[in-house]
Amino acid sequence: MIRLFANANYDFIKWRRVAFSVTGAIMLVGLVFLLTRGLNYSIEFTGGTLMQVETHKRVAPADIRAALDRVGLNGAEIQTFGSDTSYVIRARLAHSAGETEATSTQAVAAAVGRALDQSVGAGQYTVVRTEAVGPKVGQELQGKALMAILLSFVVTLIYLAVRFEWRFGLAAVVATAHDIIATIAFISVMHLEVSLIVVGAVLTVVGYSLNDTIIIFDRVRENLRKYRRQNLYEILNLSINETLPRSVLTHGTTIATTLSLLILAGEVIRPFAWVMSFGIFTGTFSSIYIAAPVLLWIEKRWPGEDARGARAFGSRPATPSVSSAPATSPSSPSPRAPQPAR
Amino acid sequence: MGKIRQRLYVIGALIVVSIIALVPRNVKMRVRDPVTGAMKDTTVRRVPINLGLDLQGGIHLALEVDQTKGPVPDCADAIQRAERVVRTRIDEFGTSEPVVQIQGRCRLIVELAGEKDPARAKSIVQRTAFLEFRITDMKGVFKDALPQIDAVLRKAGVKSRGAAAPSAVAQLFGGDTTKAARDSAAEANTPGVLSALLFQGQLAGEYLVPEEQWPLVDSLINRPDVKAVIPRGIELRWGAQSESRGARAYRALYAVEARPIITGEELVKAAARRDPVTNQSVVTFQLSHRGARKFADETARHIGDYMAIILDGRAQGQPPVIRSQIGANGQIELGNKPLQEASDLALVLRAGALPAPLSIVEERTIGPSLGADSIKDGVRAGVVGVALVILIMIGYYRMAGALAVAALILYCLFTLAGLAMFGFTLTLPGLAGFALSIGIAVDANVLIFERIREELVHGKSLRLAVDDGFLHAMNAIVDSNVSTALTALILYAVGTGPVQGFAITLIIGIAASMISAIFVVKTLFLVWLYRRPDMVTLSI
Repeated sequence: MIRLFANANYDFIKWRRVAFSVTGAIMLVGLVFLLTRGLNYSIEFTGGTLMQVETHKRVAPADIRAALDRVGLNGAEIQTFGSDTSYVIRARLAHSAGETEATSTQAVAAAVGRALDQSVGAGQYTVVRTEAVGPKVGQELQGKALMAILLSFVVTLIYLAVRFEWRFGLAAVVATAHDIIATIAFISVMHLEVSLIVVGAVLTVVGYSLNDTIIIFDRVRENLRKYRRQNLYEILNLSINETLPRSVLTHGTTIATTLSLLILAGEVIRPFAWVMSFGIFTGTFSSIYIAAPVLLWIEKRWPGEDARGARAFGSRPATPSVSSAPATSPSSPSPRAPQPAR
Repeated sequence: MGKIRQRLYVIGALIVVSIIALVPRNVKMRVRDPVTGAMKDTTVRRVPINLGLDLQGGIHLALEVDQTKGPVPDCADAIQRAERVVRTRIDEFGTSEPVVQIQGRCRLIVELAGEKDPARAKSIVQRTAFLEFRITDMKGVFKDALPQIDAVLRKAGVKSRGAAAPSAVAQLFGGDTTKAARDSAAEANTPGVLSALLFQGQLAGEYLVPEEQWPLVDSLINRPDVKAVIPRGIELRWGAQSESRGARAYRALYAVEARPIITGEELVKAAARRDPVTNQSVVTFQLSHRGARKFADETARHIGDYMAIILDGRAQGQPPVIRSQIGANGQIELGNKPLQEASDLALVLRAGALPAPLSIVEERTIGPSLGADSIKDGVRAGVVGVALVILIMIGYYRMAGALAVAALILYCLFTLAGLAMFGFTLTLPGLAGFALSIGIAVDANVLIFERIREELVHGKSLRLAVDDGFLHAMNAIVDSNVSTALTALILYAVGTGPVQGFAITLIIGIAASMISAIFVVKTLFLVWLYRRPDMVTLSI
């Protein structure tokens, strides 16, 4: 049988500071992008009009741009969508009071139609998709998206607190927060459009990353019971190593599906697939390098009942002792049982 | 073996139920008749999975009460009136299954799958409702004119259903003489083209048409030559809904006076209640000053007559009889009918009295070609994704991987069956969620297989390693899946449309993967071990 990383014994936790620096640097870049460029919200959130047009022959975007300017849609964006003959025109709502939402969004659709008649020629194009969203709906959606993310945080924390204990829950939530921030940074750097679907993808990333963290924490919980004399540092390393084959396999299959979505599933799903693909990386990373070290840190700061976190640092034996099965080890002695701490 | 057999029975039952849920079945669909332009029911055989607008193309409208021309005090009631009105116009939409539903308190969602013309759809939805009360044809003027109408139709060459087939044959084979002979014979035997299709209802001016015939009758009465002979002062109005009398469904057709005795403008309010004394369902209504005077005059002249309540050209419920002269306050007694029906009628009256102007707050139009492309792309991505997952699993886990792949096929079957059974709608994000969940679905098997390997390394026997592997992996599987399901539930609760579609597929996918990855794979393992008792190493 093929066994990847079967007897892995890497000291993952040792590299935590390097990992913190790397992810910190990535987030800093993201933050710079976020502050300078902001997020590219879809019209679902801002309100406005989107039209997707398929032209029968190639048209220079500049021509459409000029025509849009002529009909007074100066703020409209134009973008090719997958191919040369497919365009998406977005006109976000200007925050001008007075106009009713119905008239303004519909007027925009009519104006885009006029512009296309001029630039492409009447009958030379088909409008395959129109979306017009009033500002009120957009505001509601912003609130809802925010609420979904906050709610998922709270529910996760409660679930983990019930199933594990609060230290694990907190560590998992810190890791999840890292994933959300990193994903938003990624969205900003890639200039992906933030639509409802993308928010859904972010939440799925949260679920996926949490899933991963739980698998490792579950092993930690088990190993804590199994090896009573090991310190947390060693237990964490052991657990990560033991779950490594699973991580490689599962991330492999998930990456396979998200990549096929990214490459094959078409333009509408692409932002979703980008976020998911990135999310698998950040989720894997955070489970190992955020959740575990943070758990270590929490244990050190607020030790649990057996205070093993307090012994976490500096207790790795300098010279390995003769391996012996721990006293409380279950029936099957593990060939990978970690060195007992002194 | 008995235990294995039980497990196999359960799996078999699940497969049978899933297949039954997915078998293409006859679905009643309303389609636009290309000739007459009217809507008619046809049955179509298809797999009972609903496709979202983004996959089949169509129009999604979100409407709110227009408050720009002055605040509307009770928007929830206004939107209910609007919903009632839009429902009466459902036939006008050129789509098979229009969705009209209230979202939250004050928003109306109208979804028209397959509709291509947003302007037309919007005008139908936004048109102001029109309510009128009309006296039915008490003197039987329309009935008296029926022979004349039949004669006109016969002259125009329209054959009644029963006579149509032989006449067509006659036209093919015979000359004019035989045709004339046949026609006269038909004339003598059959009662007439239109009158054969109409059954006298319970009250004057009411006719019943078998549900399947009403598009035909509708096309007959709308012919210009027929319209010309319908007596002046009489108009025909269809009932809003089909009603079952005995075993068959009928659609009521009312002959009513052309002149309304009163319109919705004169109506001030209407409410439903249950009469405490008689325990009858009652709708009370109040008219304006001007309306009350007019109504008193009219009702005095029409005591004992029936009054049809017509909203947007459709008669609502059975016309009540006028018992006495009615002034500003009247009530319609519905006898022992449920209060729900009275509430609905009151809503109809209010809808006509206080038309709720609707403004569109959200509009999405997806062309059918885009939807078809999305399905094609989504399915292609899904197939490639699944193929990769299968390759990885079999390549890495060999025989055990093959069992997991077999379970994965059942997983796909269960998920689709779940979508069909609970009537959820498959959207493009849902398709993506489905593809994604396939990647995640094997996670449980990966966890189990890795555990089994560990147990084997610890020197356990095959059977014990398999049992312990499943047992020890369970904690992690349950915890991780519950947390994912919780996020999906939040998405469903907070999200709208497409996001909900994604969340639903994810939730069903998680449930299906629990069944397939744990129960099915365990059973397959048991069968495998049972059939190969001499096996020393596991192909895992």
